[in-house]
Amino acid sequence: MGLLSWVGRQALVFSETLGEFALFTYRAFLGVFSGVWSRKDLLEQLERVGANSVFVVSITSAFTGMVMAVQTLDQFVRFGATSYIGGVIALSMVREMSPVLTGLVVSGRVGASMAAEIGSMKVTEQLDALRTFGLDPNVFVGVPRLLAGLVMLPVLTLFSFVIGIGGGFLYVSAHGINPHLFWRSVEALLNPSDIYGGLLKAAVFGLLITISACGQGFLTGQGARGVGTATTGAVVWGNMLILVFNYILSSVLFGGIKG
Amino acid sequence: MQGVSVGFAGKKIIFNIDMTLMSGEVTCLMGPSGSGKTTTLRLVAGLLKPHEGEIRLLGKTINSETDEDELIDIRRELGVVFQGGALFDSMSVGQNIAFPLRYCRNITEEETISSMVLDMLEHVELGDVREKFPSELSGGMRKRVAIARALVHSPELLLLDEPTTGLDPITARHIDQLILDLCRKFGFGVLVVTHDLTSALGIGHHLLLMEEGVISWRGPSRDWSTSDHPGVRRFAEGMISVQRSGGSGE
Repeated sequence: MGLLSWVGRQALVFSETLGEFALFTYRAFLGVFSGVWSRKDLLEQLERVGANSVFVVSITSAFTGMVMAVQTLDQFVRFGATSYIGGVIALSMVREMSPVLTGLVVSGRVGASMAAEIGSMKVTEQLDALRTFGLDPNVFVGVPRLLAGLVMLPVLTLFSFVIGIGGGFLYVSAHGINPHLFWRSVEALLNPSDIYGGLLKAAVFGLLITISACGQGFLTGQGARGVGTATTGAVVWGNMLILVFNYILSSVLFGGIKG
Repeated sequence: MQGVSVGFAGKKIIFNIDMTLMSGEVTCLMGPSGSGKTTTLRLVAGLLKPHEGEIRLLGKTINSETDEDELIDIRRELGVVFQGGALFDSMSVGQNIAFPLRYCRNITEEETISSMVLDMLEHVELGDVREKFPSELSGGMRKRVAIARALVHSPELLLLDEPTTGLDPITARHIDQLILDLCRKFGFGVLVVTHDLTSALGIGHHLLLMEEGVISWRGPSRDWSTSDHPGVRRFAEGMISVQRSGGSGE
């Protein structure tokens, strides 16, 4: 009976959270065109999501690129396929590693802080104050954050491609692989559609991160504990949604056997 | 407000409330914590819709059927001071006070906004603290800024939730005096939700006592001390016993 009621409660929380996300997304998308929100806030959010994440995304991407080179170099040398190393690293970075890692990093860094900020605004009645001025918090607070996620995640991901492939290049060229061979294989294996696919994924992840962060912020319960729960929830939901949607998008964009 | 009831999660919080607010007068809604005072203020502010009954405000009616757009129009004509001030902590004092001018009155000229903000800061007896952030202000100053923000767009009605809570007695009396002065100067109606009896008796033209979601007593403030109503006595004695246990020596 205890287990059953626990499962029931979790199912209720799960559906309430998804419902809040859907409602927020609907109101915010309508509000982009017809609602009142601050362009100045949008610039601040672009800086918060984009510029302020560059360092951590750079470090993550550079070392991921290098680790991929570490893992592939030995195997490719063994099978005499060193001329493919650059292309394989580039493809992995562009299609999967850069969008997913950038998404996870931004979710942890920015999603958590957005949820905490909106949660604190709710607890201190700042969201109610916005409503008394005739503004919809979903739009006024949500739209700049949503747009910042949508715009800056692809920019950061593009940045991550370059840094990640650069990291891989540094490792393999330090281990005697001809640089010319590395870049020629990148050119040969990487198509523009891979880059577009990776950027599309990043844009979707940007939306998912900000929807989770804002949705959890608006759902915040009472007091400091409520803010803490919302912050954790934003990261857990953001990461979970990124991984689920990554599978779906990878299947749609890159799935199947291409002849 | 006529026959207003509201509840959450199937449980009624407020039962069949009637209330009238008059221009140029201060009405104080008192009662112990959890009695439904703040919920009543949120109903008047258009932040909640009544489940039963209706609220007639500024020529419009709020009931369970009222849509959000109508509520938005009503809210823009009110000034609300929340318990903690609810100042936007990411904005300076100047930006906080300018906020209703930009979004309720659609004023865009920076010079006009700046002079109106300075003017309002003078009304609440604060110097030029426009560049400061809410976190740099004392509790009393934050309350004054919140009052300035609520009044800058010339609302028809000012609603204050526990304006003196958390303030020392001297600052609390200054805030009381400020509310009275502004009410006289601008002539708007004021609803103050409070459990501070000293404050209510000092500024209220009319007092209402709320207990367990019902208004159990109402009358002019001069009738409070002579009332035999058990709720009034209980509330007043509660205040006295708290003062005694606090070591007033009486």
